Amino acid sequence: MKPLEIYVHIPFCVKKCNYCDFLSAPAGEQEQRKYVESLCSQIRSYGNAAKAYCVISIFIGGGTPSVLEEERIAEIFRALRDVFYIEESAEITIEMNPGTVTKDKLKVYRQAGVNRLSIGLQSADNSELQILGRIHTFEDFLETYGMARSAGFGNINVDLMSAVPGQTNESFIRTLQTVAKLEPEHISAYSLIIEEGTPFYEVYGEKNCAEGAKDPKDLKEERSEGLEYPKLPDEDTERQMYYDTKRILKEYGYHRYEISNYAKEGYECLHNLGYWNRTEYLGFGDGAASFLNHARWMSGEEPEVLSKKDEMEEYMFLGLRKTKGVSKTKFKQEFGVEMDHIYKKVLADMESKQLLEQNGDFVRLTEKGIDVSNYVMSEFLL
Amino acid sequence: MAEINQSKIRNFCIIAHIDHGKSTLADRIIEMTGLLTSREMQSQVLDNMELERERGITIKAQTVRIVYQAKNGEEYIFNLIDTPGHVDFNYEVSRSLAACDGAILVVDAAQGVEAQTLANVYLALDHDLDVMPVINKVDLPSAEPERVIEEIEDIIGIEAQDAPRISAKTGLNVEEVLEQIIEKIPAPAGDAKAPLKALIFDSVYDSYKGVIVFCRIKEGTIRKGTPVLMMATGAKAEVVEVGYFGAGQFIPCEELSAGMVGYITASIKNVKDTRVGDTITNAQSPCSEPLPGYKKVNPMVYCGMYPADGAKYPDLRDALEKLQLNDASLQFEPETSVALGFGYRCGFLGLLHLEIIQERLEREYNLDLVTTAPGVVYKVYKTNGEMIELTNPSNLPDPSEIEYMEEPIVKAEIMVTSEYIGAIMDLCQERRGIYEGMEYMEETRAVLHYRLPLNEIIYDFFDALKSRSRGYASFDYELDGYMQSELVKLDILINKEEVDALSFIVHAQTAYERGRRMCEKLKEEIPRHLFEIPIQAAIGSKIIARETVRAMRKDVLAKCYGGDITRKKKLLEKQKEGKKRMRQVGNVEIPQKAFMSVLKLDDKK
Repeated sequence: MKPLEIYVHIPFCVKKCNYCDFLSAPAGEQEQRKYVESLCSQIRSYGNAAKAYCVISIFIGGGTPSVLEEERIAEIFRALRDVFYIEESAEITIEMNPGTVTKDKLKVYRQAGVNRLSIGLQSADNSELQILGRIHTFEDFLETYGMARSAGFGNINVDLMSAVPGQTNESFIRTLQTVAKLEPEHISAYSLIIEEGTPFYEVYGEKNCAEGAKDPKDLKEERSEGLEYPKLPDEDTERQMYYDTKRILKEYGYHRYEISNYAKEGYECLHNLGYWNRTEYLGFGDGAASFLNHARWMSGEEPEVLSKKDEMEEYMFLGLRKTKGVSKTKFKQEFGVEMDHIYKKVLADMESKQLLEQNGDFVRLTEKGIDVSNYVMSEFLL
Repeated sequence: MAEINQSKIRNFCIIAHIDHGKSTLADRIIEMTGLLTSREMQSQVLDNMELERERGITIKAQTVRIVYQAKNGEEYIFNLIDTPGHVDFNYEVSRSLAACDGAILVVDAAQGVEAQTLANVYLALDHDLDVMPVINKVDLPSAEPERVIEEIEDIIGIEAQDAPRISAKTGLNVEEVLEQIIEKIPAPAGDAKAPLKALIFDSVYDSYKGVIVFCRIKEGTIRKGTPVLMMATGAKAEVVEVGYFGAGQFIPCEELSAGMVGYITASIKNVKDTRVGDTITNAQSPCSEPLPGYKKVNPMVYCGMYPADGAKYPDLRDALEKLQLNDASLQFEPETSVALGFGYRCGFLGLLHLEIIQERLEREYNLDLVTTAPGVVYKVYKTNGEMIELTNPSNLPDPSEIEYMEEPIVKAEIMVTSEYIGAIMDLCQERRGIYEGMEYMEETRAVLHYRLPLNEIIYDFFDALKSRSRGYASFDYELDGYMQSELVKLDILINKEEVDALSFIVHAQTAYERGRRMCEKLKEEIPRHLFEIPIQAAIGSKIIARETVRAMRKDVLAKCYGGDITRKKKLLEKQKEGKKRMRQVGNVEIPQKAFMSVLKLDDKK
């Protein structure tokens, strides 16, 4: 049986955050019920086709899946277990946000087989949380975290965010230390990206978007709904925060295994790694992507069959997100041709610029390469 | 066809300031004389290039023969010669006028007399044309026909009381224009039996017929088989076909005789042999002397044109050759640039001409072009007594070999309402203009006379003029020789390397400002690299301005959720695609549009 990952998208939340461009919106109970119903019939439609696979990880993401009534989550898992063979040791994660979690919900999650929680904290500083438009405080998080531990969850991820408007090096380090002291098994730390169509985009504008030109003097300070939006940290501060993340978390026993993900030994997120290793996956729900039999598709759209060229490109640019890098041997196994043969020039060029390095069988990004990983990855498009 | 009586022919053109309704009136006349059915009628028949219709200007002279049934019961033949509507094509205009006996002057009933109105009238009077004024757009709420008539009489000094008050758009009173043409525009003269003397006023290339020469027969007769001689170029040929102009088509006929306007074909392969303004005569019994006024037009503005994709170089050459078949004033020769590779240095009559050619190359020939900053022709006098005409800044000799340099000067007439006189004088001052005088046309309007260096007006002078006068100033110029000037070559260094395609010649006084703005502009255009990139402007070895493109500190796409790898890949592809549109100079990637950015150093006033 082939390994398979499952992603289930729950597009609901209490209130959209100021930076969020994910498919998500507040919704009433009736709407949620209907959505889950159609989700389940989508899952059940796989029927016998699912028999060839064994599921190694499930991720219920959002939005905020924990806004759903616990019974909805139970329904989803009943459908999944009816259709798919789910491995005993499978990693089963649900995303949640402080302020939406109850003891009853956690109990149902446990019963459904969920063995990993991913809690969106973003910052341990309440004023930063307010700027981000989060609905909770750090104290709310502590309560949720405590409940989760009491409920018996032994694998918890906490999401953090750097480069938040108004954030300083010091406040970010405080967040890191405060959270690390709680000893979650896993920490994700992404730097804020100003995406189009978000309230932040209105304030922080185009210049700070794709180009990454965070020149503080270009920024306008604006008032909106009585809230003062402070300046974004400049680029150097932002990078410093990234370096600090690795340094500080290391002190607390976390290692970086992917550009933005840190874990205690043995607690790397299998589901996340699956994407970079190009494990096959099925996505259910609005806007969810699937990858199966050399084809990719978004929910409700026509599959796009990948050529060998596409797959080689993906192997490289996805695999390079892992700090371990990409294996030359596996490349040869998968495509029947040497990586050096296809990418000789790029590899040499990137190595000479000290953006990539070889480590035995693996090619990986250097620290400098991580800083400009998009640039390096785009070079691997054929 | 029956013998045509000279007294029943009228050869005329329509002259006007831009937008006063010249082409619309032409359309209306063609429509009303029934040359085209309304189904065939397409707005602005004579502007048949797509580009002409879009821009609302006439680029090439167009001609049409119309048969008009007059109220007196007689049938008349009208040859309407439409002239190009821009100063770039002044010489063509003057040759078209020379083919006419009279001119209809169209004046906008709201705008009144403008700079080009005057310039065109003077040009017409120079050619001894009878000028017949017409007041257009009387249907506009802001129309003041009586005031405009007074203006015409006061400023131009021609009788205008009985000028038809028309609306070319609605057709109101256009009939009256047709009747007045018979009355006010003289019939042509000329002896059909005299030795042949015909004026070339345009030519087009047709892939079947070869060059089609548009001409006005001044003396004599031309028919199939006539051996002809072009008196200035010396080209000889035998006439294959003669004919006249239908609307958008050529209609062959037996012969063309004195007073008539038509075309000839003579299996001539190259438009260069049929220069506008040249005289056609009979090779066996030539006339004693050619018609006056011929001159060889030389390009005034040069720039480098390079295919964005180096592999398209031969395509660019083909396209330029094809365009040249119809446009003898377009010149080009191969050149190479370190930054841009293989391309052509092209010469144009003016900036509009340049833009038109560039657009036609891009649209009609599907070429993606990189154009370098346009420059004028400088005369460089070397210490060894030699003089070179410099069209490419890269070829400027070492300063130690230069005795002095000269730049082309134009005589400009700017018409402006009195409240903006100060602003326009400031502008001319900044552009190194020499004030030569001012006349008040009436209480509120004046004409300013300036001598201005051509290189100060080829970029954005027109735009600056319009913006500083809120659109009320109009402008006309003609070349007026060369003048010694303190000129320097401004080089741009990117990451310490000189980029030849960005060099330009500038007056020493403005070099600092220009260099500073260039550097600022390039800083915006050049993306960040892994290293810091200095952008410097230099005169010789002296750096006069500097900007820095900071090194790229980060370029990370953080989240990639729900396995949405397609989106991630699109982002990477966009990044990679962007790189393709770059030119590599040293180890710096320069976007193609940066090479054009010198053109858009906005007037920051």
